[in-house]
Amino acid sequence: MDYSYTLLILLLPFLLFLFIGLIGNKMKPQLSGVLGTTGLLVITVLSYFTAFNYFTNKTGEAFKAIEAFQFLWLQFTDKLIIHLGILLDPLSVMMLVVITTVSLMVHIYSMGYMKGEVGFARSYSFLSLFTCSRLGLVLATNIFQMYIFWELVGVSSYLLIGFYYERPSAVAAAKKAFIVTRFADLGFLIGILILSFYTNTFDFNLLTSDDGPAIAQPATAVFMGLSVTTWAMLLIFMGGAGKSAMFPLHIWLPDAMEGPTPVSALIHAATMVVAGVYLVARLFPIYHFTSPDSLNVIMYVGSFTSLFAAIIACTQLDIKRVLAFSTLSQIGYMMVALGVSGYGSEGLGYMASLFHLFTHAFFKALLFLGAGSVIHAVHSNLMTEMGGLKKYMPITHITFLIACLTIAGIPPLSGFFSKDEILVAAFEHNKMVFAVQWLVAGLTAFYMFRLYFNIFWSSNREYHHTPHESPASMTIPLILLAVASIFSGFVPFHDLVTTDGLPLQTEFHAMIAVPSVAIAVVGIIFSAMLYFRKNPKPESIATSLSGIYTFVYHKFYIDEVYLFITHNIIFQFISRPVAWFDRHIVDGTMNLIGNTTVFFSGAIKRMQSGHVQWYIWYFTSGALLLVLLILYLN
Amino acid sequence: MNLQAEIPLDYMIVLSTIVFFVGLLGVIIRRNLISMLMGVELMLNAVNINFVAFNHYLFPHRLEGHFFALIVMAIAAAEAAIAIALIINIYRQFATVNVDDVDELKY
Repeated sequence: MDYSYTLLILLLPFLLFLFIGLIGNKMKPQLSGVLGTTGLLVITVLSYFTAFNYFTNKTGEAFKAIEAFQFLWLQFTDKLIIHLGILLDPLSVMMLVVITTVSLMVHIYSMGYMKGEVGFARSYSFLSLFTCSRLGLVLATNIFQMYIFWELVGVSSYLLIGFYYERPSAVAAAKKAFIVTRFADLGFLIGILILSFYTNTFDFNLLTSDDGPAIAQPATAVFMGLSVTTWAMLLIFMGGAGKSAMFPLHIWLPDAMEGPTPVSALIHAATMVVAGVYLVARLFPIYHFTSPDSLNVIMYVGSFTSLFAAIIACTQLDIKRVLAFSTLSQIGYMMVALGVSGYGSEGLGYMASLFHLFTHAFFKALLFLGAGSVIHAVHSNLMTEMGGLKKYMPITHITFLIACLTIAGIPPLSGFFSKDEILVAAFEHNKMVFAVQWLVAGLTAFYMFRLYFNIFWSSNREYHHTPHESPASMTIPLILLAVASIFSGFVPFHDLVTTDGLPLQTEFHAMIAVPSVAIAVVGIIFSAMLYFRKNPKPESIATSLSGIYTFVYHKFYIDEVYLFITHNIIFQFISRPVAWFDRHIVDGTMNLIGNTTVFFSGAIKRMQSGHVQWYIWYFTSGALLLVLLILYLN
Repeated sequence: MNLQAEIPLDYMIVLSTIVFFVGLLGVIIRRNLISMLMGVELMLNAVNINFVAFNHYLFPHRLEGHFFALIVMAIAAAEAAIAIALIINIYRQFATVNVDDVDELKY
C-alpha cells in the first residue's frame, strides 16, 4: 500500500493558509470561507481514506508503523540527523481522523458564527495554519519534527486567542497562553536534548522499539537521585502538561476562552490541548519501561487536575469557562489512564486514554459549538443572563443535552464506554486514584447539568431580542457531532489502538460500570433539584459555604499566586536588582567613557577655530618645542 | 674669488635664519592672504640660502645644493601660481582677502 499521498494532508492546509492569508483581504469573505472549508473537506476525505486503508490492510498480527514519507532535512554529524516525514501508526491515524473531523465541523460552523466579522478571512487562514501544524504534530516521525510543529501549534493558538486583538483582555489572554506554554516547552526542549543525547536518535520508531537505544540500554547516569531518563521524561511531560493545561500550568486555558467560540472548540477543547496526552502516548514505551516513576507523576498530576478543575467548574458563571474547566478535568482523566497503564496485554489504560481522547474530542467540540450557538443567540457568556432557551433553540437544545449526557457517562453514549475503561484501568492499578476519578465523574455530571439547566430551563426570562435558532451552517455541525458523540463509543477501539498494535482483550465490569453510572445519575438529580426551576437554593448553599465558595469561584487563587510570585518575588527580588545593576553599573561604565570623551573634546574643540594663522602658530610652536626637547635630551 | 675668508658660513646661517623667521612672522601675523604668501616665499628663500651656502662652503666640488635651490625655486613658482589661484577663488567666494574672515571650517 502506497501512502505517499498523505503528504497532501500536510501540504494542503499549509497552502490554504498562505493563499487565504496573503490574498484573503482581496476576495469576498464568503469565498475564503468556502475555500477553506472545501480544502478541509478534501483533507478529511483523504484522512478517512488513509484510516480505512491502514486499519483494513493489516499485515501480520499487529499494526506496524509505516513511514509514508521521509526525507533528510538536516545532517549535523553522522548521528545527529533530523528527518522530516510522515509516520502512520494506529495512534497517528486515529488522531488524523479526530483532528480533521472536528476541524471540518469547526470550519463549517465558523461560516455561520463568524459571518460579518472583520477578520473573517484571517480566521480561516489561521484555522488552516492550525490544522496544518496540528496534523504535522501527529504525523511527525521524530521528536524534533514534532517539536517544530508543537511550537507552530502554540503560535497558531496565540494568533487565534488574540483574534479580537482590539480587545485588551484577548491580547492579555493570548500573551498568557503563549508565555505559559512556552515556559513549559522549555522543559520539553531540555527533555528532548537529554533524551537524544543519551540515545543518539530523534526517531520515534527507534526510541520506542523494544530493542531500541532508549529501552534496551537505558542511560544509567543519575542526577539528584533520579536517572537521567526519568528526568528527560519528566521534562518532556512538563511540555505536555503545559500544552494540555495540567496543574499547575493550567492557568492559560480558562483565559484562552477570549478567542472566538469555534476556535475554543477546535483548539482549546478537542485537538490542541490533547497534544500532551498524545505526546505521552507517543513515548509511552519509554515511560513504561525506563521510568515508571514519571508515569506515577503523570497519574497524580492528572488525577489532581481532574478533581481540582471539576470543583472549580461547579462555581463558574461564564459558560465557556465551565467548559474550559471541564476540558481540564477530562484531560486529567486521560493522563490518569496513561499513568495507570501497563504494556501489551495490560495496556488497558493506554487504550482507554486514547479512546477517551477520541470520544471527548467529539462531545467537547459539540458542547463548545452548542455554547457558541447559545452565545450567538443571547449575546452573552454568562449563564445568569440565560434561561428557558429550549423553546427558542430546539436543535441546539437537543444536541447540547446529548453532549451533556455523553460527558456524564450515561450508557450507551460514547462517553460511558471510554470513561468506564479509564475507571477499570484505574481500579486495577490504584484504588485511591480510582476513588477520586469516580467522584469526579459525579461532579462532571453535576456541573454539566447545572450548565444545561441554567441555559435551557430555569426561569422563562424576557429577552431584548427574542433568541432564535442558529443558521443551518451552525446546526448541521451540531447534528453531525451529536451523531458522532452517540456512536463513537461503538468503535472497536481495543482492536485498533493499543500499546503494541495487537488487539486487546477487554471485558465489561459491572462492578465499575454500575457505580459510575449511579454517581453520574446522582449528580444529574442533584443539579436538577437545584437548577431545574429558578429557586433560591443555589444562592443559599453558596452563602452558607461563603468562604469556600469564594475560594473556589476565584479558581483557588492560583492566578493570584502566580501574580504574587512573578510580581512580588521574581520582579521585586531578582528582576529589579538585575535591572538596577544593568542601568547603573553596566550603562554607567559606558556613559562614563562617553561623557569623559565629550567633556575633553568640549574643552579643546575651540582650537579648531577656522583661523589658519592660529593653526600655523600651534604647529610652529609645537615644532619648536620638539626641537628644544630633543636638544635638551641630547 | 676669496669670499670664504671675508664672509664666514655663520653669517650665511644667521642671515637665512633671520629671513626664515621674518617670513614665518609674516605668515603668522599678517592678515592679508597676499602678504602671507609673500611670507611663505621668504621662508622658501631662506632655505635656498642655506642650500647654496652649505654647498658652497662644505662641498665646493659638488652641485646637489645648487640643484636643490633651483628645484625649490621652480616649486615655489608653481606654488605661488596655485596659491594665487586659491586666493582669487577665496576672494570671489567671500569678497575679501582678510584671512580672519575666512573661518567657515571650524568646530
